Amino acid sequence: MRRFLAVISLAAVLGLAACASKPVKPAASQSAVGAGSGAESSGAAGGANANEGALGSQQSVAGPEQGLLADRTIHFSFDSAQVEGRGVQIVAAHAKYLASHPTARVRLEGNTDDRGSPEYNIGLGMRRAESVRQAMLLQGVSANQITVVSYGMERPVDPANTPSAWAKNRRVDIVYLTPMQPAQ
Amino acid sequence: MKKTLKQAFARYAALAVLLAVSGRVHAQLTIQITSGVTHPVPIAVVPFAEPASAGTDVSGVIQHDLTGSGRFSALARAQMPGTPTHAAEVQFPAWKGTGSDYMVVGRVTPLGNGELAVDFNLLNVLTGQSVVRKRFTGPPSALRNAAHRASDAIYQAITGIRGAFDTRIAYVAVIGKGAAQRFQLVVADADGYNQHLILESRFPIMSPAWSPDGKWLAYVSFESHLSAVYVQRVRTGQRYRVSARAGENGAPVFSPGGRRLALTLSGVSGYPQIYVLDLHTQHLTRITHTPAINTEPDWAPDGKSIYFTSDRAGQPQIYRVGVEPGSPTQRITFTDDYNAGPHVSPDGKWLAMVTRADGGYRIAIQNLSTGQFKVLTSGPLDSTPSFAPNSAAIIYSRRSVQGDPGTLATISIDGLTGLTLKPSQGAVQDPVWGPFPPK
Repeated sequence: MRRFLAVISLAAVLGLAACASKPVKPAASQSAVGAGSGAESSGAAGGANANEGALGSQQSVAGPEQGLLADRTIHFSFDSAQVEGRGVQIVAAHAKYLASHPTARVRLEGNTDDRGSPEYNIGLGMRRAESVRQAMLLQGVSANQITVVSYGMERPVDPANTPSAWAKNRRVDIVYLTPMQPAQ
Repeated sequence: MKKTLKQAFARYAALAVLLAVSGRVHAQLTIQITSGVTHPVPIAVVPFAEPASAGTDVSGVIQHDLTGSGRFSALARAQMPGTPTHAAEVQFPAWKGTGSDYMVVGRVTPLGNGELAVDFNLLNVLTGQSVVRKRFTGPPSALRNAAHRASDAIYQAITGIRGAFDTRIAYVAVIGKGAAQRFQLVVADADGYNQHLILESRFPIMSPAWSPDGKWLAYVSFESHLSAVYVQRVRTGQRYRVSARAGENGAPVFSPGGRRLALTLSGVSGYPQIYVLDLHTQHLTRITHTPAINTEPDWAPDGKSIYFTSDRAGQPQIYRVGVEPGSPTQRITFTDDYNAGPHVSPDGKWLAMVTRADGGYRIAIQNLSTGQFKVLTSGPLDSTPSFAPNSAAIIYSRRSVQGDPGTLATISIDGLTGLTLKPSQGAVQDPVWGPFPPK
């Protein structure tokens, strides 16, 4: 009996493996899927790469370059989300620009050094991006001009594992996006 | 569960995207044993009689599994006094002379319908008795699985622990640098073979998680520059974007019943908070409320509470909260000033985590009934522990300070045995061990 069960269970696994090797056959529901995919994501259109099909509103542009505005990176202390030192001035310069250019938009990208737990670092990067966002809101920037994201430890600017690389990686990058269309 | 989840998603068909992933996995994984027990069990895995067309050295796979566990030492084939394939052919006195406590004999035979049968017999060399014998049948493409099943049975018969060789892992491979960098979500057998590409992206992919039936993966993808949580059927590639809210969408993990997903959302408040998303109804329930980082949820095996990381006390520590509204929150870890990434063993006895100890990040476990805390690895940059379905070992990401690319590694919960799965190129990270295959 025990042997018989083993055969059955292997057959189940083998069946699964056999199915896995077959080409993917579109099921009935997938036509609806295809219809929805245009608005949804690049997966269907892009084939192998889940990339950039529908970036649209997230496309980056050069943005302003004068004075402090050329500086797009705010650095942080270890395990801290507090904007300090030169970061305060950089944030203020961009806040002033955004407040006086209400169609300009930015994405604030929080990052951490690449030590520790990846999802905790996503949380820490998000807190950093949020600190910058809050400071900008207090200085007159409108909420719909700002998008926040955290990449945690996934996108280090310096992949070395040294204290100076870690310091460079603990940052928020300000990325200017295509401006909003003026309201009709 | 599969059917109901599929039906639930059918109601949201407009959300689905069929992902025709045609790329290939670039990095092959090679096993290196890093530690084993002081007195491994000596065993002889005799080459099986196989038709030339079989294409898989079944006894070689079994031997690789058993020695890779760190608990067995295998007799070299050149030292074997014969190649019996049935117990009746074994000359036991000659085999006693090799010092082997156990031996495995077997054969692969065509069944005539295109399928193959694998028969093996584990013998006690001292008594000449059969310990366990089984037959598995299937197509030639599944011979490796049959070999892993044999390893599972042999491992269980000798150690008393159910083997987890016939299981799968999911992980993220990172290939190339700069503009050419690619992230790949990959599913492979636990020994690194049979790799399948699930998703490829220029942008980070993180935190894969298996559904309890092994048919779905949840993960985080930044393919639109922002984070979103997806649930994807492994076999067909059909996927659903279940959360793409403002701010963070992260750390998805299926409930033990498979119907709910715990995840982290930062929303407009800006504080990452734990939520539970009912995949059938799309109903979202907020679990944490503290203005702090609350993330990395993992379910207790009974589905009634969630372990998570929070820095509410200043440093990241692990807490537990009931899923029912108004449930109290209890702090779980007190050792060291950094404990994060909790993962509960399937048997509910252990909590694995990343701890900062002696300046390095290491994998530790805490006994959930006694509170006993044990650091298992030496760091310096270990993370993302995930238990094998038999609760006996943990797979995790490992990097050295010298800037080596990441590898996957395993460690047994007694700390005695481990191995690395090293990529042929690039880095591999974020491993998660799948469930046992269906019985």
